Amino acid sequence: MSLEALSAGKYAAYIWPAYAISLLGFAWMIIDTLVRARRWKRKADQLGGEREL
Amino acid sequence: MFSALANPARFMAFSRWAAPILGVIAAGLIGGGLWLGLNAPPDYQQGETVKIMFIHVPAAWVAMLAYACLGGASFISLVFRHALADAAAKAVAPLGAAFTGVALVTGSLWGRPMWGAWWVWGDARLVSVLVLFLLFLGYMALRASIDDEAKGARAAEILALVGLINLPIIKYSVEWWNTLHQGESIMRAGGSALAPVYLTPLLLVGAGYGAAFGALWLERIRAEVWRRRATSLALRAALA
Repeated sequence: MSLEALSAGKYAAYIWPAYAISLLGFAWMIIDTLVRARRWKRKADQLGGEREL
Repeated sequence: MFSALANPARFMAFSRWAAPILGVIAAGLIGGGLWLGLNAPPDYQQGETVKIMFIHVPAAWVAMLAYACLGGASFISLVFRHALADAAAKAVAPLGAAFTGVALVTGSLWGRPMWGAWWVWGDARLVSVLVLFLLFLGYMALRASIDDEAKGARAAEILALVGLINLPIIKYSVEWWNTLHQGESIMRAGGSALAPVYLTPLLLVGAGYGAAFGALWLERIRAEVWRRRATSLALRAALA
């Protein structure tokens, strides 16, 4: 990818914050989902739920 | 397929491999689509701001898809009293809110240089998508506000079903009313108005967002199944 493609000219102040917000949104969704899944799987395993699924 | 997955054990076995595979597919599609999109030439009218389209439009598509999933899962849960459908409804709401929030903010960042305004209250497309965001938040707040989990789920699911009316309003808002937001340019009679140099990356990123949504939704349903299992086992242990 060329630097020219990334510069975005006078609209850079709108374009890159939009990409940053999208990245933050994805980061939150991925982290929250994985943390939630690991926490409850560990809890269910501790209580013996693994055998029942 | 859906009836087979209605069994929690079968769903857990399926989603165990389906979620990571969808995640990898999503990363490839989004990466490839953005590569093409960021190297596309500036649009003759919108200039470089067309780059925002590749992240704004897929987020809006998936936001609507997420609400359709919320409505469908709520309907199955209400009518058939299916626990996995209720878990699916609960799991999809935060994802829908996040995608809608991203669509609103990126749309605002696109609107400012194009329309000269961050937000226009008189625009039916903008306001109907804001209503979608509030419906997701309302669903989650209603569920959380009632101590009895089953009653909270029922109330929130009725709200989700009522809110389905907003989906056609969003879709047709640009035809029914005069809006600043541009009209339908992709899924319209006579074919897409977008040049292939923009349409291809847009569809790739759209498919990638869809795959990412699928992966995250499956994983969140798995988390909800484990939460319910842990809660029920803890209760059983306390009563023993």
